[in-house]
Amino acid sequence: MESRITGKAYVLGNNIDTDQIIPAEHLVYSLSDEEESKKYGHFALSSVPVNEAGLPNGGIPFIEGENWQAEYRIIIGGSNFGCGSSREHAPFALQKAGVKAIVAESYARIFYRNSVDGGFLIPYESTQKLNNVIKTGDEVEIDLENNSITNLTDGKEYQLKELGEVLPIVEAGGVFNYARASGMIS
Amino acid sequence: MGMTITEKILAKAAGREKVSPGENIWMNVDVLMTHDVCGPPTIGIWKREFGESAKIWDKEKFVIFPDHYIFTQNSHANRNVEILREFAKEYQIDNYYDVGTERYKGVCHLALAEEGYNVPGRVLFGTDSHTCTSGAFGMFATGVGNTDAAFILGTGRIWEKVPESLKFTFNGTLPPYLTAKDLILQILGDITTDGATYRAMEFDGEAVFDLSMNERMTLTNMAIEAGGMNGIIKADQKTIDYVRERTQSPYEIFESDNDAEYLNKYEYDVSKLEPIVAKPHSPDNRDIVRNVAGTKLTKCYIGSCTGGKLSDFQFAAPIIFGAEVKVPTFVVPASTEVAKQLEIETYKGISLKEIFENAGCMIGQSSCAACLGGPDDTFGRAQDKDIVISTTNRNFPGRMGSKQSEVYLASPLTVAASAINGFITDPRDYI
Ligand code: SF4
Repeated sequence: MESRITGKAYVLGNNIDTDQIIPAEHLVYSLSDEEESKKYGHFALSSVPVNEAGLPNGGIPFIEGENWQAEYRIIIGGSNFGCGSSREHAPFALQKAGVKAIVAESYARIFYRNSVDGGFLIPYESTQKLNNVIKTGDEVEIDLENNSITNLTDGKEYQLKELGEVLPIVEAGGVFNYARASGMIS
Repeated sequence: MGMTITEKILAKAAGREKVSPGENIWMNVDVLMTHDVCGPPTIGIWKREFGESAKIWDKEKFVIFPDHYIFTQNSHANRNVEILREFAKEYQIDNYYDVGTERYKGVCHLALAEEGYNVPGRVLFGTDSHTCTSGAFGMFATGVGNTDAAFILGTGRIWEKVPESLKFTFNGTLPPYLTAKDLILQILGDITTDGATYRAMEFDGEAVFDLSMNERMTLTNMAIEAGGMNGIIKADQKTIDYVRERTQSPYEIFESDNDAEYLNKYEYDVSKLEPIVAKPHSPDNRDIVRNVAGTKLTKCYIGSCTGGKLSDFQFAAPIIFGAEVKVPTFVVPASTEVAKQLEIETYKGISLKEIFENAGCMIGQSSCAACLGGPDDTFGRAQDKDIVISTTNRNFPGRMGSKQSEVYLASPLTVAASAINGFITDPRDYI
């Protein structure tokens, strides 16, 4: 696992549900077919209401035009990120679009598990509200060893909660790698 | 210190005397359920991770219900069902309920109950967030993603964090104008959509045990709307009667100790509650129906695992009886068994099906249909700026189709009363 994740931030509000992350009508595409699965990246976050897409001002599409990758690496969310349907297509779509980590105040359980167990991205919890101090497009850096995030545009650093018991699964890159490494499965 | 019903079932599944909230445990799974949206990717991960010689840990315990995108021309959606069909054939999965056959069931959560998979004391995981529905049978049931499901498929085991428990007690006798849907919407307004995140929601009180199994499932179904890991109701004689009509599998009844620890307890006197709606765009955006009465509608929808059970149609039919719906009204029996019951059950000598047809409702085929929007040709899907009142469980932007649409969630009584007026109506006007 890298010790730092650096990139542009895309900022969202509270209660971003999985229908907003990847609308139900797109769940029909193959996840394993390299070409077809790009559609998940293309439609990632496509159902976020326009005024909430890319805070503080909104109106910033996560994906430009026909692209399937975003220019953002880190998502800053509010509370209850990933609520709603259990679709694992949600963290998959974000990963496909190039997201490496999310920093939110809290997560819905299934989204959190999916992100960790599928090895898609790292779901960090912040110790304070961040979606009002980091702006969409800000260059940010997560320090995984010290559990902190720094806004490189103004130099401010914020503490993140430790990953705790899921850290070994995150480090292994998902529940299968973890189970293999610990001899649980062969 | 005693244990809650949820802790006791998890302890049993982990082979331990005791578990405490916050602990991560590895446990054995009794039933794994999947459907057409998450089944194919689950199978894909399972094959990739366990290789060519991948084995299903226990075929008897693996159940597949195609139910989400069924009656559509969408080729990708149909391909998903095709993948399940091929898989079931190749691995000889008996518990596969194929579309186009006598065995086809419809929405998975009701199908699990009807087909006898819900048994007190069991542990059920499903690739669907509303898997918590089965907790109405005094069992632990929760949703997981495809990777977790693939892991279970190969090993029969999974890790879980033992949840803290919340207790919701409903005292008194439910008045005729309220249903379980009003109770759970009441709770959602109180604790909001993340009030139970990573927690167990235990339902208790005489008003809960007075409910039919169908209505109890409406309560546990929407535990996930509060972020709950599981919803649970202790099994009683009604539970046993329902289960024994469908399976002879052994059951085990667990109940919370008197000195079990709860993070929070909530008590309600049901005689004081009113019919409730959740306004757009969140299930916790609660209001009483009276406050939004008169809101013009363009569509009404009665269906889904929350509001498409026989009990829901039994609530709606007497109100709709003899009237005509003023806006397009979609009726979707959740399962094929419910569809059959609509033809058999009567009110004033007329079958429920006829009552809905005579009133001008459109009756769809058993499936999830527009509960989650789905492909363009989905029955009842919200279009453009539709304003819908629905017995379903979620009204996030775009959930029922169009992103511009507005969806109100309500009980089948409220939806029926609204359908015959074309605007939101308090059911007490008709009861
Ligand atoms: S009816 Fe709706 S909530 Fe229930 S399983 Fe289907 S899509 Fe999910």
